[in-house]
Amino acid sequence: MTNNDVPQGGFAEAGADLELVGITKRFPGFTAIEELDLTIPAGSFFALLGPSGCGKTTTLRLIAGLEEPTAGRILIGGKDVTATKAYQRPVNTVFQSYALFPHMTILENVAFGLKRRGIKNADPLAHEALRLVELDHVAGRKPTQLSGGQQQRVALARAVVNRPALLLLDEPLGALDLKLRRQMQVELKDIQSEVGLTFLHVTHDQEEAMTMADTVAVMNKGRIEQMGAPQELYELPHTAFVAKFLGQSNLFSGDVVSSSSTSMVVDAAGTKIEVPLARAQRHSGHVTVGVRPEKVSLHDSEPKAASGRNVIGPGRVTDVSFSGVSTQYEVTVPQHGAITVFVQNTSISSLHRDGDSVWLSWSVDHAFGLADEAEGEPVSRFHADLDTSMIAVQSRKDLEAELEEA
Amino acid sequence: MAFTAFSSSTAAAEPVVRRKSRVALFLLLPGIFYLILFFVTPLISLIITSLQAPDPLIFGQFVNAFNWQNYAIVIETYGEQAVRSAGYAALATFFALLIGFPLAYFIGITLRPYPLLQSLALVLVIAPFFISFLLRTLAWKQIFSTEGPVSGILSSIGILGPGESITGTTFSVVFGLTYNFIPFMTLPIYATLVSLDLRLLEAGNDLYGSPATTFRTVTLPLSAAGVMSGTLLTFIPAAGDYINASREFLGSADTTMIGNVIETNFLVLQNFPAAAALSLLLMGFILVLVAVYVKRSGTEELL
Ligand SMILES: Nc1ncnc2c1ncn2[C@@H]1O[C@H](COP(=O)(O)OP(=O)(O)O)[C@@H](O)[C@H]1O
Ligand SMILES: [Mg+2]
Repeated sequence: MTNNDVPQGGFAEAGADLELVGITKRFPGFTAIEELDLTIPAGSFFALLGPSGCGKTTTLRLIAGLEEPTAGRILIGGKDVTATKAYQRPVNTVFQSYALFPHMTILENVAFGLKRRGIKNADPLAHEALRLVELDHVAGRKPTQLSGGQQQRVALARAVVNRPALLLLDEPLGALDLKLRRQMQVELKDIQSEVGLTFLHVTHDQEEAMTMADTVAVMNKGRIEQMGAPQELYELPHTAFVAKFLGQSNLFSGDVVSSSSTSMVVDAAGTKIEVPLARAQRHSGHVTVGVRPEKVSLHDSEPKAASGRNVIGPGRVTDVSFSGVSTQYEVTVPQHGAITVFVQNTSISSLHRDGDSVWLSWSVDHAFGLADEAEGEPVSRFHADLDTSMIAVQSRKDLEAELEEA
Repeated sequence: MAFTAFSSSTAAAEPVVRRKSRVALFLLLPGIFYLILFFVTPLISLIITSLQAPDPLIFGQFVNAFNWQNYAIVIETYGEQAVRSAGYAALATFFALLIGFPLAYFIGITLRPYPLLQSLALVLVIAPFFISFLLRTLAWKQIFSTEGPVSGILSSIGILGPGESITGTTFSVVFGLTYNFIPFMTLPIYATLVSLDLRLLEAGNDLYGSPATTFRTVTLPLSAAGVMSGTLLTFIPAAGDYINASREFLGSADTTMIGNVIETNFLVLQNFPAAAALSLLLMGFILVLVAVYVKRSGTEELL
């Protein structure tokens, strides 16, 4: 019935830390993960955030042992498990596709892992896990008789019931409606902190990642672009990808024209934008700088030049969308394209209308400088045989295209 | 798909059609007519024949009667052959399963990343059907014959005594049955395995199931419908088979099966009531067996 290779008996006392060292995964003709280094401390709630197809599922499959890395090592709780089979790893996965066993009842599904490990009171524990996801009343049904959201919760219960040292969650709340998702987020967080398990939560929902995780890693094209506490990531993105994927950003590129001991000034199409050195990844040459939309203020007339504020304008309001708590303005400034501004609706009268002429300003302390070569590949690909004036035109075009995208 | 003829796995999820429709009845007419003409009529004729008694006047002729003793007589006379038939068919089904399942698994799961190889392997399983059943069985008779290569080798290493042959033995008949019915076993199992969601096996592995455990708890139950169809498609025709066991092919007087007895009674002895009674008994036996089997396997358990 049970197997000796399988971790037997009780549950994990606590979460285990996870370490990926130089993991590379190549599929025939396609590199899904490249030189990935990642350390997740024991007992933490770690979110892996990235767009669809960036390699999140592949990373989880490598950790679970369902896929073999082309290169690199995987350590769980300090033990090298790179060569260990999936069923021997102290890891459970909530699959993106649920993968519930169609021939078993919900209860049998949830008790499956417990029974394989020879745990005595598997059924009561399974019922308990089902109560946690509020599905104990369907314990006797088959998976096909449940809705997608219910199946997803069963998949969650089936993994959580094992109390693994490391739980991998592959977009585990994707099929749930908003209310249930919020509820499950709280539930998950409770389970995690109660037992002190290590959670690796994969999602493409930035809000979910930021509200749930202690640490968020933003992944793009098989690499981790930036990693840190949610607030840190939001306030100080290091790359254009993070700046745009995690919330919205207004980006400007230009050359650094002067710098003091604490800040530098970038000339973006004639507008001077000051950025603190401590918040800039690069301090010279052609750089991209940005600011979050809610940090930008709108003015009816040109504000008085004050130190510590960046000012852009005049521009024209081209779009107003009211969302209750706040209003989102799209302001088109010549040379800079569309700039997004969020304004809290604290007073009724200050609403700007479509076509209004406005000025924009923000505190220098809120600006950030990115590590990207300003507008990566297309620029570097074409620059070689262009003269300087054409370079200027080119980067202007790049900028406009980028702003249009954002 | 015809391969899963005996599995009602899809029926559960489908909505029940409640409305009785005249159109549906009308569309069923040709089928009903066909069944009456080609199944019910011969069946009734067979039942009547099976109860006939010898004509008291003309030797070799039979008259309609209610001579149910025909059944008692054939059971007594041919009990041995009946038991042998069931035994041979069971053995052949067992061996066909032993060979067919791994074959189906290999084609349906191992070869799944290589669709071209998969199709090729499938064609190879079906390829024997391109040659007549009789010819293939005759070819095996050649191979197994006293002058044939297999007997030669077995004699030279002393397993087979001088003058002994493999043909005409239980081995050769069960071998022939197994060989001939392997595709019937393989194809339905393949049909279930080819659509098996491999992510379920990954989930099994992830939940501490070793490959063997995952096979037992996930793969096997999910291919049960195919195994059931395969065993029925093998056992039923094998039990009634009269080619492999016949003396002209792989059998001898010691390997006579019920099919051979029916053939002899119909065509050689011209004892039509006995042959008809035997046929009906065989049919009844198989019907009961299938009913019990399907019930035991519980179609509901299959999915
Ligand atoms: N078995 C495979 N063979 C080839 N390419 C694969 C395979 N599995 C995943 N990929 C590719 O790897 C990339 C990352 O996939 P995945 O990890 O599933 O992304 P996601 O971040 O959406 O979960 C995708 O471009 C996908 O096409
Ligand atoms: Mg994925």
